[in-house]
Amino acid sequence: MAEYKLNTPLTDEDMKQLVAGDVVFLSGTIYSARDAAHKKLVDLLDAGKELPFALEGAAIYYVGPSPAPPGRPIGAAGPTTSYRMDSYAPRLYSLGLKATIGKGKRNDETRQAMQDHTAVYFGATGGAGALLSNSITESTVIAFDELGPEAVRKMKVTDFPLLVINDAHGGELYAVPDRKAAGLK
Amino acid sequence: MRTIKTSEIVDAVANMCIKANTELPSDVRTKLEQAMAKETSDSAKEVLRQLLENADLAKSTKLPLCQDCGLAVLFVEVGDDVRIDGGNLREVINEGVRKGYADGFLRKSACDPFSRANTGDGTPAIIHFDFVPGDTLKIVYMAKGGGSENMSRCTMLAPAQGWEGIKEFVINRVAEAGPNPCPPIVVGLGIGGTFEHASIIAKKSLMRRLDDTHPDPDIAAKEKELEDAINRLGIGPMGLGGKTTALSVKMAVDPCHLASLPLAVNIQCHSQRHEEVVL
Repeated sequence: MAEYKLNTPLTDEDMKQLVAGDVVFLSGTIYSARDAAHKKLVDLLDAGKELPFALEGAAIYYVGPSPAPPGRPIGAAGPTTSYRMDSYAPRLYSLGLKATIGKGKRNDETRQAMQDHTAVYFGATGGAGALLSNSITESTVIAFDELGPEAVRKMKVTDFPLLVINDAHGGELYAVPDRKAAGLK
Repeated sequence: MRTIKTSEIVDAVANMCIKANTELPSDVRTKLEQAMAKETSDSAKEVLRQLLENADLAKSTKLPLCQDCGLAVLFVEVGDDVRIDGGNLREVINEGVRKGYADGFLRKSACDPFSRANTGDGTPAIIHFDFVPGDTLKIVYMAKGGGSENMSRCTMLAPAQGWEGIKEFVINRVAEAGPNPCPPIVVGLGIGGTFEHASIIAKKSLMRRLDDTHPDPDIAAKEKELEDAINRLGIGPMGLGGKTTALSVKMAVDPCHLASLPLAVNIQCHSQRHEEVVL
């Protein structure tokens, strides 16, 4: 398993070299969006309007942070479960999105979209919200403020620790449950 | 009749919300450390190391362990000889939740199921009341995250399916949940009662200490059997493979209708955030 330091915006070359299991330390600008924000982003696309941030080379972090206490840019900020964004992700990948960051399995369409558009899915450690917030140095709400924790934020990250779960070549890191070993037929 | 002041309840609930969200219980920490000693794969060890570092950091900075500070679930045991001074108990508890989620900078995750509009203050809490003898008020708080709760299921088995049917359903559910609920998980099972009762006792069983043993040796053996089977699935920490898929399996069993075998599987993430207070 290789280790990479990558910066945003991400390129096809960046993504092509990655293989499921690689460790990536990501720096630059990433955007938060989760359930309600994704619906609004897709509504904007349907209406032919501009998105609050450019998708080309972008990374979206599926996160709904806790409120920032005084003196910190953000509260706890670990990943949320990604499958809920699967109905939107293929479209966003097709428009230039290079990476999504979350936890948990993606569906077939989303995995295929990563192969079709040279993109990846990164996993961050679920529940490590306090630890991961240390890699986020700035955070500003740039859209959908009314969504509270689900608003779209522009975040600056430094060496954000990620694991390649799905690569652009069809590889996946998650273990396949061994039902037989667990005693099922 | 003993009188308990509402302000005392509000403060106790608020403090529990903050403490549970920022301090990993010692029994959970011990389980994670034991898991780390047992794991051989680098990725499993690294995930567990991050979780322990996260717990240290949350405690020292007062940041929540997880950004999902959960829906507030409370189990309340009201003594027959207790009177609440100046307020409705449900409202007083909700007031405590509001205060805790605001003062602790905890994420408010309660919203309308259709409009998805956030209620803005973490309430209404899910509160289960029980009435018991005595003059004390016991309140147990749990921060129930959405990611793990979504992986939970309730089913009505046929009595003929018995223990084999229960095992099959539980193991398949955990396998299907895979990496989603933030393994290593805690599995709470409610067996018996009715459709809704099974779910409530499944959730209540998640409040037990992870290192306890069920007082009924037969149930304790069944818990162990399921825990071992689930850990042989090889899902591992964060789904990356390994020996630790479940930290513990907790089972609550109650009588049911002779035609029924209700089964609820309530999945909890590795954080297992809960606190209790007796007033």
